[in-house]
Amino acid sequence: MENNGWSEFEIGAMLRSFEGPATNIATTHTEDRNYSASNSFTASVADWRIEKPVFNKDYCIDCQFCWIYCPDMSIISRDKKMIGVDMDHCKGCGICVEVCPTNPKSLLMFQEQHDDEVALAEWPEKETKEK
Amino acid sequence: MAFDKMELRDIEVWDGNFAAAQAMRQVQIDVVAAYPITPSTPIVEGYAKFLADGYVEGEFVMVESEHAAMSGCIGAAAAGGRVATATSSQGFALMVETLYQSSGMRLPIVLNVVNRALAAPLNVNGDHSDMYLGRDSGWIQLDAYSPQEAYDLNFIAFKVSEDHDVRLPCMVHQDGFMTSHTAQGVKTFTDEVAYDFVGEYKPMNDMLDLDHPVTHGVQTEEDWHFEHKARQHNDLMTKVMPKIQEVFDAFEELSGRKYNIVEQYDMDDADVAVVCMGTSVETAREVAKEMRAEGIKAGVVGIRVLRPYPFAQIIEALKDIKSIAALDRSSPNGAPGMLFNELAGALYNTDSKATLSGYVYGLGGRDLTKAHLTDLYKELQANADAGKVLTPLQQFIGVRGPKLTFL
Repeated sequence: MENNGWSEFEIGAMLRSFEGPATNIATTHTEDRNYSASNSFTASVADWRIEKPVFNKDYCIDCQFCWIYCPDMSIISRDKKMIGVDMDHCKGCGICVEVCPTNPKSLLMFQEQHDDEVALAEWPEKETKEK
Repeated sequence: MAFDKMELRDIEVWDGNFAAAQAMRQVQIDVVAAYPITPSTPIVEGYAKFLADGYVEGEFVMVESEHAAMSGCIGAAAAGGRVATATSSQGFALMVETLYQSSGMRLPIVLNVVNRALAAPLNVNGDHSDMYLGRDSGWIQLDAYSPQEAYDLNFIAFKVSEDHDVRLPCMVHQDGFMTSHTAQGVKTFTDEVAYDFVGEYKPMNDMLDLDHPVTHGVQTEEDWHFEHKARQHNDLMTKVMPKIQEVFDAFEELSGRKYNIVEQYDMDDADVAVVCMGTSVETAREVAKEMRAEGIKAGVVGIRVLRPYPFAQIIEALKDIKSIAALDRSSPNGAPGMLFNELAGALYNTDSKATLSGYVYGLGGRDLTKAHLTDLYKELQANADAGKVLTPLQQFIGVRGPKLTFL
């Protein structure tokens, strides 16, 4: 595509999401879909992220709140089990952290360059509510 | 079919607006998104009534502005429908941002533009300011001089625009009030003949094809924007004119009514010629005939297809002319008129020795009278005899004195 000339693409300010027909797409996992080269799924579009969510599976109850609320479909979940975050598409908005109901939270925001292992080691303790 | 047919007489007395509305009914438009504005209002009003009365199967979307009207048309066209609307003047100006979207997205929308002056001062009457405003927008622009032509050119517009090699939106222009509100005899097609001429709409990359999902209206930056614009310009320059000619030919075969990319009247032996658009063409034709009684071999050239610009056809039409007048019905606002510039651009590298002078006329619906054109033809003859332009290059016709000229 990169080397194509002006006459070698389909007309219109139009891009195809998939190569070929996309039947039963709703029941096909993203990694099994035949995304086209022009689909943003195949590109990293997260390079302006300055804070990143780190996932701590020790506290996750698989409630799926983060998966529902993520505006960029960047929460990876399979069979209703939280797996992690798609860091090629996450913009670092922090909504997943905001909606996470566990105590302590299972997702927390850290600086982009912060080491994940260190982040997990620094995870806060459970907060005790004042009565 | 889920709608009723309408019985029409062979010749109906219609104004240009109703003629356009009838054509929109007969091609069975799926979606009209509209914000009515004088003098184009009866077009979309007419379609809405046909819809309400069960004569067409479609959707009428009432929106909050002309910008929204064309945006609605873009969405419906991208979804895969046959789409049209109408506007004029200020509404057209508000639509401009979306006109570039629809042509760039290659959506075959038909827009009936009932030409009207642009404010300020506010004015509802006909001139070509709005038509000129659209000329760089990537649309095809056809110009009707009468209600019959407004009717006919709508069918031609859909057929050209929807062709899969073209896929560019098309404006059908008519003069505000002079054409839009003047009832004349219009030869009609039966509903079957009209629909069959345009044919069933064949969608392309439509969003409702759920097995082939597409994103319309994408963003490209310096990496791809230029290629898209180049492709669009290429198709306008090379694919549209042959298609228009093909459809004009098919239309003549069907109706006996012949349209030309550049219309020529009394041009075979003409020495002097007026080039103009809209209803002025009909006035000029009458005057040209009268000038011949006075020994002036006068002709008229009418621009039928304004965009893409008929460069080769203009050169051919004017190649033997000694003196040419370009009549612009839009204030050039600090430049020679558009037609003056574009005729000069076409003729400059040719062997033509014709003189070229520009006239600005008819702003805000001011009449262009036969007396004006008689004087104009005499000036052209004097230019032809002298072999040079004896007047200033830009003159205003019909404006209150003192005489206004430039260049």
